[in-house]
Amino acid sequence: MNKSTSNRIVVLGVLAFLMVASGCKKKEAAPPPPPPPKAVVANLTANPTSIEAGQSATLTWSTENATDVALDGNKVDPSGSQTVSPTQTTTYHLTAKGAAGTQEATAQVSVTPKATPTPTPAPTPTVTDDQLFAQMVKDVYFDYDKADLRPDAQQSLAQAAQLIKQKGWKVQIEGNCDDRGSTEYNLSLGEHRADSAKQALLQAGVGADAIKTISYGKEKPQCTEQNEDCWQKNRRDHFTLLH
Amino acid sequence: MVKAKTIAVTKLCFMTLTVLCGFLSAAAQDRIKIELNMGQERPRIAVPDFKAANADPQTAPLNTVFNQTLWNDLDNAGIFDLVAKSFYPSQQPGQPQELQAKAWGDPPPNAGVITFGNLGVNNGKVDVQGWLYDVKNPGAPQILGKQYKEDATPDMARVIAHRFADEIIARLGSGIAGIAESQIYFVSTRSGNKEIWSMDYDGANQKQVTKLGSIALSPRISPDGSRLAYSGLTRDSWQIMMYSMDLGRTVAFPRNAGDNFSPAWASDGTKIAFASSMHSGRSEIFVADANGGGARRLSTGKGDVSPVFNPKTNGQIAWVSGRTGLPQIYVMDADGSNVQRMTDQGYAVSPAWSPNGLLLAFAWVRNYGPGVLGGSDIYLMDIASRQIIQLTHDGGRNDFPSWSPDGRHIVFQSNRTGNEQIWSVLADGTHLQQLTRQGRNSQPNWSFK
Repeated sequence: MNKSTSNRIVVLGVLAFLMVASGCKKKEAAPPPPPPPKAVVANLTANPTSIEAGQSATLTWSTENATDVALDGNKVDPSGSQTVSPTQTTTYHLTAKGAAGTQEATAQVSVTPKATPTPTPAPTPTVTDDQLFAQMVKDVYFDYDKADLRPDAQQSLAQAAQLIKQKGWKVQIEGNCDDRGSTEYNLSLGEHRADSAKQALLQAGVGADAIKTISYGKEKPQCTEQNEDCWQKNRRDHFTLLH
Repeated sequence: MVKAKTIAVTKLCFMTLTVLCGFLSAAAQDRIKIELNMGQERPRIAVPDFKAANADPQTAPLNTVFNQTLWNDLDNAGIFDLVAKSFYPSQQPGQPQELQAKAWGDPPPNAGVITFGNLGVNNGKVDVQGWLYDVKNPGAPQILGKQYKEDATPDMARVIAHRFADEIIARLGSGIAGIAESQIYFVSTRSGNKEIWSMDYDGANQKQVTKLGSIALSPRISPDGSRLAYSGLTRDSWQIMMYSMDLGRTVAFPRNAGDNFSPAWASDGTKIAFASSMHSGRSEIFVADANGGGARRLSTGKGDVSPVFNPKTNGQIAWVSGRTGLPQIYVMDADGSNVQRMTDQGYAVSPAWSPNGLLLAFAWVRNYGPGVLGGSDIYLMDIASRQIIQLTHDGGRNDFPSWSPDGRHIVFQSNRTGNEQIWSVLADGTHLQQLTRQGRNSQPNWSFK
């Protein structure tokens, strides 16, 4: 028999003994103590456990003796399933609370990058490549509150594009602003500046998958003086070689 | 000095006509004041210190904290005239039977109501009894009587004062709940990099919330206070991130392509709007469910950012767009239709919609150009009439206004002291207070309740 049943019998036995020993005249047996709350059980599985980026997996969970069940903070039914499409390896947490306590269960979905036909492998960038990149793919600068490329920037990018194509490089374009504007709008303006350079590279024949853009707004300034010299330095697209 | 100048200029504007003021007629001023729930007469309230109920060594210091907090909460509320302490009669009631109503209702104090009570520490617990009495009407009727018992700490003495103040404000302030227990979330650099912090509405209890370890921006607390949305810089992009205040950690939120920033909650907690470049490489406004699913594109312009829902109806969204060049404020229906441009010049950003749905606060450089150093001020616009009041006048860059839940206060960032700090002000321009001092602090967001 299981432990709770044997416990119950022991308690009953002790009570019966005490009643007899104390000369209790009551004929009825004492009622058994209330059973302890049933243990909380939680299960969470993912199927499949490994997907390619862009695919989906199904999370399935079940619980017992739980009144309050949440999946990563969202309240859910005690048992159920949900489709998820994580873009990176993610561990999901199920938390089940009941009278007996709390149980947690986890399930992981691993995400592997989409399988693509193998392109001509780009040569592994070497130290020389980094130096060459820094020399030939220079920062371009913008006018106040503007995101359009000045003539010198257009020229610089047209030349850089040829080298980028020839070397098979992948480039990250980082758009930046000077510190005078508002934080959120500057993220948007930096995005616009990065996109302007991207469009120029695309027009010069660089492939879209060789270009990544990001905006830093005014969060990563090159200098902090409050003068036009410094402000101009910060109104820029910066380029980095992605390895 | 700053405060006096703001009041003087504001009062000048309120008392004179359009010609002198620049933008606004007296009638429209009144209209905006009424919309801010500040047009009515203010009750005169006497707030004598609560009496120490016993000689326990902890009683006096906690009583001091309590009294200061209660005074500040009632003073900050913006709906009372606090009777100057120099007018108080010499009695200090600690219990109703000690109250001599006539001494308080007659001149010189001339109070309409009085709050009084006592505080004592017993066995590690602080006990507070507080009352609110009408001293003008015959018989001096009791309006409120409350009892509190909490752990005897300065934090709990503050909490009790906040709760009691909010009770008084709810009873006397046109039924709008007090804000003494509300929170402000903001960005601070003081830990070494930008993280999200929280503090009480009066600047007390400042503490770090996120530990992203890179750059965290644009905090927005959910309407029920359980989740904090923000924008965080990952290795290769900005993503909307969700911090669970209940669990004390970030929770899963869908990752989108491109950069994703400036999240905003619908006031019913079911939707999040945000800016994303996932579709076109330029930032556009998207709306998703509260768990991040079902994201759909709303705005058809590009260079769009900083969405905010009309909290009264959730049927409209205001946002910032650079589609004509410099950023301007726009409003559209929540399905993306009926786009209206709200500002006509300068550099306008950071819209914040008042809780009653009638006003937009925003940051504006009215005359903007390369030669002009970037000073911006906080403005309030009545949406229906497009009338505008200027709220800050003291120069520097003032940005990111956020409304209190009672619709009477605005918290914002200002660099008037030399670097960015967070300030709060009553929406009529009075009661300007600096809330932060350490590090650089920005992008404040007032909780919904």
